[in-house]
Amino acid sequence: MQENTKEKSKGVKRLAMTALYTVLGLVAVFQIYPLVWLFFFSLKGNREIFGRSPFALPEDWLFENYARVWTDGNINQYFFNSVFITATSVILTVILASFVTFAITRMKWKMSGFVLLLFMVGYMIPIHSTLVPLFQFYKTLNLIDNPLSIILAYTAYNLPLTIMILMGFYRTMPREIEEAAIMDGCSVHRIFLQIALPMSMPVLSTTVIINMIYNWNEFVFVNTFISSDKYKTLTVGIQNFIGQYLTDWGAIGATLMISIIPILIAFFFLSNRIVEGMAAGSVKG
Amino acid sequence: MSNKKIIALYVLPSLLLLAGLVYIPIFLTGYYGLMEWNGVGAMEFIGLDNYMNLLQDPKFWFSARNSFFLALFSTLSLILYLAVSLILAGKIKGKELLRKIYLIPMLLSSVAIAQLWIKIYDPNNGMLNSLLQTLGVDSPPAWLAQRETVLVAIFIAIIWQYAGFYIIIYSAALKGIPASLVEAAEIDGATPIQIAYKIKVPLISGVIKTTIVLAIVGSLKYFDLIYVMTGGGPNGASEVIASYMYNQAFGIKNFGYGSAIGFALLILALITTWGIQKLTASKNDSIQF
Repeated sequence: MQENTKEKSKGVKRLAMTALYTVLGLVAVFQIYPLVWLFFFSLKGNREIFGRSPFALPEDWLFENYARVWTDGNINQYFFNSVFITATSVILTVILASFVTFAITRMKWKMSGFVLLLFMVGYMIPIHSTLVPLFQFYKTLNLIDNPLSIILAYTAYNLPLTIMILMGFYRTMPREIEEAAIMDGCSVHRIFLQIALPMSMPVLSTTVIINMIYNWNEFVFVNTFISSDKYKTLTVGIQNFIGQYLTDWGAIGATLMISIIPILIAFFFLSNRIVEGMAAGSVKG
Repeated sequence: MSNKKIIALYVLPSLLLLAGLVYIPIFLTGYYGLMEWNGVGAMEFIGLDNYMNLLQDPKFWFSARNSFFLALFSTLSLILYLAVSLILAGKIKGKELLRKIYLIPMLLSSVAIAQLWIKIYDPNNGMLNSLLQTLGVDSPPAWLAQRETVLVAIFIAIIWQYAGFYIIIYSAALKGIPASLVEAAEIDGATPIQIAYKIKVPLISGVIKTTIVLAIVGSLKYFDLIYVMTGGGPNGASEVIASYMYNQAFGIKNFGYGSAIGFALLILALITTWGIQKLTASKNDSIQF
């Protein structure tokens, strides 16, 4: 009798586990299949797209779609603009944020709490509440249609999150090391540059990758402040491109793939850091 | 160099950027809202007219209604994400990999996501309607072109985008629950569902609160995906506050009115954040474990 109920509960458990794995599997398919589908149609020609089932595998794998949009569609230009603007903003942001975090967590001063609050509240402010004055401000400074406007905006708007993530690390850094350094007559600059900064490398790399993703994907600032093709980044560039090639699905798919491949590569190698950074913004904040 | 100078050197550059590009602009937005201004010519002071018009503008209220729905749906979908996270917190093989797979859409730009979903929803060659036709639905809707379906269609894309993000947040919080608590409940004969509902969920209520703020304030700010997917259309049916602001200011160059909408958005975001903090704080106090 007891044997029987044990068997039964085992069976129920197995059934429940199967159901759970099915749910998780379905969610995974929902999350990943649209991208697989995108990859497939990026390799198709219009004949296949309009003539055959959307679920069919590509017949001839037209990698020339990629080559075609890379040069003809100006995508190479947008791509390198994205790389330049992303890289510059990321470097500027993590350096400035490291300075601020160091000063707030490792030095004693009256206003430090208030300054931290300013940065934290900055995280909640909708950019649409600042866009018109920013536009006007850049126009006055003659920075409209200048990549500097974008780099400055990315830096200012990503400082709060970057500081938030760095803060978690700096708070736990042991004070003994600094104290020893002060005993040895190290200046504050040397403590920051030669001790704190190198020690924070792991968390710094988290902030770098998170900033990279956000900047790479940003749309509104570029769409508002940049008007000429030679400065546009990929997000705005592909918008333009698609506007011109509305019915060329293969070209559109290839363009979208080009814009997301760098992110997917970064994710493949750095997924743990990305997961950590994404979670940090809300859990610690 | 004195410490004071060093602190100034370390903090001031960032503080200036923050003040100049974030804080001063939000006050200027409120101020520009008092102006009649096309962005090029001179500003004309018109007092509170823009703000008064805003309160009587049916298009604004309609976009606010859509933003509200978005916030409501986003908050409700947190339950789904939490459920998946709770399943993943159990003894599941490959859970790390699954979490990472779920997160992938969150890493893509809203522009790419919008363009991809435009193709998925394409009435003739899209994935969704082909699937529906295979399943026997005769004339599936043109999802993004119809007033009745456009919001749902956009919202499904938003779930696709954000699911992984919230699952990662909940998973990180659930990992912080001491195993001893769960084991003790198991010994007492609690079922997995009881453990999830009565132990795990209350223990991460702080994080759940944070995600509610993120979901609601995030919905108020939501822009890129809708702007690219529908531009607020068809005929204003999917307009949200942010897209209405953008279309007024940078679309038809009504910068004074656009500023007033932007300022209203700010007030709304701040009040909501504050309100949720208040509401959930009193709730937490009354539940004791």
